[in-house]
Amino acid sequence: MYGKKVKLRFLFLSLILIVLILTIYLVLKSLEKNVVYFISPTEIKEIGEINYKKKYRIGGMVKENSIVMSTEEVNFIITDYRNEIIVKYSGVIPNLFSEKKGVVAEGFLKDRNILEASKILAKHDENYMPPEVKEALKEK
Amino acid sequence: MLNLIGNYSLVFALIISIIILLLSFKNFKSNNTLTLNFFSIISVQLFLICLSFITLVFAFVNSDFSNLAVYFNSHTTKPLFYKISGTWGNHEGSLLLWLLVLSLFNLIFFLKSKQLSNSFRSLAIFFQQIIILGFLLFIIFTSNPFQLILPIPVEGLGLNPILQDPALAIHPPILYLGYVGSSIIFSSSLAALVCKGVNKDWAINIKMWTLISWIFLTLGIMLGSLWAYYELGWGGFWFWDPVENVSLMPWFCLTALLHCTSVLERRSKLQSWTIILAICTFTLSMSGTFLVRSGILNSVHTFANDPERGIFVLIFLTILILMSLIIYFKYNNFDEVTKSFYLSKESAIVVNNWFMMYFLAVVLIGTIYPIFLEVITSEKISVGPPYFNQLIIPFLIPFLFIMSLGPKLDWIKNKKNELKIIKIILLFLSILVSYLIVKNFSYNVLYLTILISASLYLLFISIIDLKNEKLKFSQKISHLAFSILIISIILNGMFSEEASVNLKSGEEKKISKYLIKFEKISKKNIDNYTSLKAEIQIIENKNRLKFYPELRIYKAPETITSEADIKTNLFNDNLVVVNYLKDTDYLNIRYQKKPFMLLIWFSAIMLAIGGALGLRKN
Repeated sequence: MYGKKVKLRFLFLSLILIVLILTIYLVLKSLEKNVVYFISPTEIKEIGEINYKKKYRIGGMVKENSIVMSTEEVNFIITDYRNEIIVKYSGVIPNLFSEKKGVVAEGFLKDRNILEASKILAKHDENYMPPEVKEALKEK
Repeated sequence: MLNLIGNYSLVFALIISIIILLLSFKNFKSNNTLTLNFFSIISVQLFLICLSFITLVFAFVNSDFSNLAVYFNSHTTKPLFYKISGTWGNHEGSLLLWLLVLSLFNLIFFLKSKQLSNSFRSLAIFFQQIIILGFLLFIIFTSNPFQLILPIPVEGLGLNPILQDPALAIHPPILYLGYVGSSIIFSSSLAALVCKGVNKDWAINIKMWTLISWIFLTLGIMLGSLWAYYELGWGGFWFWDPVENVSLMPWFCLTALLHCTSVLERRSKLQSWTIILAICTFTLSMSGTFLVRSGILNSVHTFANDPERGIFVLIFLTILILMSLIIYFKYNNFDEVTKSFYLSKESAIVVNNWFMMYFLAVVLIGTIYPIFLEVITSEKISVGPPYFNQLIIPFLIPFLFIMSLGPKLDWIKNKKNELKIIKIILLFLSILVSYLIVKNFSYNVLYLTILISASLYLLFISIIDLKNEKLKFSQKISHLAFSILIISIILNGMFSEEASVNLKSGEEKKISKYLIKFEKISKKNIDNYTSLKAEIQIIENKNRLKFYPELRIYKAPETITSEADIKTNLFNDNLVVVNYLKDTDYLNIRYQKKPFMLLIWFSAIMLAIGGALGLRKN
């Protein structure tokens, strides 16, 4: 039979292996759950199935004359000049948020036309456009 | 004229760099003593780079718009302080700063390593010089800060106002000191590996550099998050944004390395692991700079930048990694005897390292997974904070317990296995206190109780340990600071509250238990911006608090920033931020309650002070 030392070492190695596998499993599981997909208004109309329990990020331009402001809520329309989606939002609105500017809203989809946003992403630079938006606009 | 001086001193520095490379390699081969000549040639290089940096600062101070970098990033109406800090607020200038620190550290390393062997020193300087050479080439050919523009513009485009802030003015230099410090660790490790000098003396030397980088990195990260807290007004100090993660990863690595070097110093163990950590730290620092500057990372902090430059850094980085891997596998033949596992200080440190590597892996995967997915499937995703919180916070529990008990173990093998009664009392005390804290929470009471008891236990043990004379003073301070930091972060996360609303001047609105009154707004022209100061009253029960948050409307470039009004005391921060809503009379008002913010900043500084105390002993 194997000596005590070899056995110990074997035990130790298998322990490490188990821990490693467990960690990888945990990491992947958590990634899968917490990933936020970036899509454009057009893609929402096109994708087959929408997961209403998952967060989406929608990027595009704020449509002209679409911002409706009230005390607790702001509603507006994100457009990629082909399709649009209505966004309902209450919370912090970044300074650079305005009509005809790029915007990224994150939240849950109610249906293919309405997003209940929990976050509007701020960018630090007025000339800066999120790469996603640039691409969505380029595709049009 | 000044531009030319700056440019040519860089070119001369490049020539000298090649000379140093040849000289140091020759010295390594012949094992000569490093002469005074060597010292003077390194100093000359530092002087040239310094000169070039100073000319750039002058160009910024004098608003010399014939310089392209100045034109893009400065403006005559900008206050002097931000003209100076504008020097490194842009890509070109920040790289020049990297280079300056790089060559400064090179000289300091030369002066501080006299007790080590000549061949080791020559080789370390050789590797360091490769890095310097790479940066020189990068700066001169892809991001030259002395490019001219004709005809000379009358006015510059201005520095992004959000960067015009004292914390952010010193944030890059401090962070870079941390990053660049790791370059010395890298070169020194490779040299030690080749010269078979991974021993006690080397460990003492490398520990000093690890501490220096660690102190600056800690402070740099803290300054960055302090800035994000009060300037961005997003109601937090850490968002698990890729740009933030990129600075945190080398920190995990450095922390692991710091503990590792003690084992190496005392027990001459873990040699190859130390080398791996050293290589990883530097690689992470470099790729951090690369990822941030190249715009590959999809971050909210990204500023417009140029992906072309990324290619160069990528090639350079690949060469360095390949070089270090080849050297590592060629020279890595330590006869480390793996003895049976004992309960000892070094085992505790190994466990600490495992945890650090786990945290590092989680952050690394969360940060680069989106990049890979986009390349492979062209699906665009981002990984949200819940991912990091779920994978890191539960693992903090065993980590904190081990951290409370590990430092007191003996080296080699723990002799006494007595369980002191006080430790058990403290354990029960922390469980009791944490239960009292969380009992009003409706969810996750058990989990939160365990988490808070773990951090409270560490806090209690660290306080008791202050009297323990077996431990180093610097370590006691840092561990105490870390325990305060963790507990403040956890409690801050649990007890933060906020309310936000859109109001016109004169209106009021009740949101949950807060009555928010927007009383008036006043306009004033200051320096290079127009200030809109709002007067807002928050009424909670009978408590009235008045806030004066501000909006700054800048003309060059046209930007609006929000300045939060923060009322700080030891236990709680109350802050109000207003945001501008274009084309409406509304202001977006956000009120937040953030407990223990001051303790977070305080403990982060204390953590760094602990590190600085460790330097004194060396």
